[in-house]
Amino acid sequence: MELAWILTKIVAIVGPLILAVAYLTYAERKIIGWIQNRNGPNRVGPLGLLQPFADVFKLLFKEVVLPANANRFLFIVAPMLSLMPALAAWAVIPFGEGMVLADINAGLLYVLAMTSLGVYGVILAGWAANSKYSMLGAMRSAAQIVSYEIAMGFALVGVLMAAGTLNMTGIVQSQAGPIWNWFWLPLLPLFMVYWISGVAETNRAPFDVAEGESEIVAGFHVEYSGVAFAVFFLAEYANMILISGLAVIMFMGGWYSPFHGLPLLGPMFDLVPGMVWFVLKVAFFLYLYLWFRATFPRYRYDQIMRLGWKVLIPVTVVWLVVLAGMILGSLGPWFN
Amino acid sequence: MITQFVFYVFAAVLLFAATMVITARNPVHAAMYLVLAFFNSAVLWIMAGAEFLGIVLVLVYVGAVMVLFLFVVMMLDINLARIREGFVRHIYIGLPIAAVMVLQMLLVVGSDAFQVDRLPAGDMPIPPDVANTPLLGSVLYTVYVYPFELAAVILLVAIIAAITLTLRRREGTKHQDPAKQVRVRKGDRLRVVDLRSGAQNREPDNRP
Repeated sequence: MELAWILTKIVAIVGPLILAVAYLTYAERKIIGWIQNRNGPNRVGPLGLLQPFADVFKLLFKEVVLPANANRFLFIVAPMLSLMPALAAWAVIPFGEGMVLADINAGLLYVLAMTSLGVYGVILAGWAANSKYSMLGAMRSAAQIVSYEIAMGFALVGVLMAAGTLNMTGIVQSQAGPIWNWFWLPLLPLFMVYWISGVAETNRAPFDVAEGESEIVAGFHVEYSGVAFAVFFLAEYANMILISGLAVIMFMGGWYSPFHGLPLLGPMFDLVPGMVWFVLKVAFFLYLYLWFRATFPRYRYDQIMRLGWKVLIPVTVVWLVVLAGMILGSLGPWFN
Repeated sequence: MITQFVFYVFAAVLLFAATMVITARNPVHAAMYLVLAFFNSAVLWIMAGAEFLGIVLVLVYVGAVMVLFLFVVMMLDINLARIREGFVRHIYIGLPIAAVMVLQMLLVVGSDAFQVDRLPAGDMPIPPDVANTPLLGSVLYTVYVYPFELAAVILLVAIIAAITLTLRRREGTKHQDPAKQVRVRKGDRLRVVDLRSGAQNREPDNRP
């Protein structure tokens, strides 16, 4: 009985998530189209709204090609290995007050562990395909993900210090209040480091050297086709939504409205359910992803490494010390 | 009852994965079996109530160490046949060492001092409703702060030693200085040449 209830909750999270991924691809093509003065997809269904489904069915009916001398087992398993952590991390994400699948104490740690696993799918896909392009893509991607994970982890240490808890619900509750009470303000450098590393972790533009089309065709998944390719695609977009969700929870006050706790506006805006605020904020960060992609040229590889190791990590270390001072000094309104 | 069942399932998978690490033919498969082994021991730790240690095992060993390991294994061109030869040849040394290690483990785990009820409770009271992560942190940074800092310094020394051992300056690398690249202005790279039409008064081509 309890198991059935948990399964229902899992379906209630994963179902909308996959639908969100489908429409994120649609939104991406539309928004980038508008930014580039085009229309974007507009043929399948009204306003092109059925385009994601057309893409999905196309991919489902395509043949999955196994390259010669590929390592069969790892080649098939790699896409699943990249999708699994992207979905598993959602278990501890609170969508609203008490709306969480597993309210565990070490939630932040669990999220860090899960996001650090995504790299396996990339490395194994690159290696198992027995192709030099995918191997090069995998190597680039792995080095990049490992480097930016450190900066990301340090940024999250700052959140942990500020909130005083690893529990995701607790982190949001410690930001209760209007928009200037949220952690993005006292942790501004960490917030920026987190967001930059988040974009790099998901291998999105401008950090998408892992699939730099101009140099190494399509990077680590160049040999994949059909459903296997679709699973990689799904994992990438699910990861984008996850990173945006984490940014909202840890820096942008989770499910609280921007006027929460103010005399007149607070109760008015609290009429909107917390989950709506959460989704709106996540949508904002997803828009940033698409905006970046349409705006920035791709980083050169040595610039990526330099930014990660020589800029972002020192910034986080310095700000952790500053943050410790702010907490010791009970600086209001965050730490009193 | 069900907890015991789950424990034995994960323990069995752990033993299987650990065996496969040393018997798998393909080094990448062996590395992946090691990842599986880490996962299962993390689950066992979490079942024992050590959630922090379990998740950190996944985070550090699976998420970072094994990724680098896999990285290296994939880059190396490992001759499998030669490794198989060594397996049989070295077993005469390997088996006694394994036997000694098993004996030591049995002595330590089975000894009186290691029983849970005999362990010193420490001088800090343990509140029942606090998760073990904050508890671990408060003990680590108060009671055991010197051993903790000492371990950190030793690790730092190890890192520096490893880097200095492998660092060598190579000639002819195309090193970029980003500060210099950013400082470049139009005048440093671009020269506007006034070209008059007509062949008779063409300037000599003095482009670099």
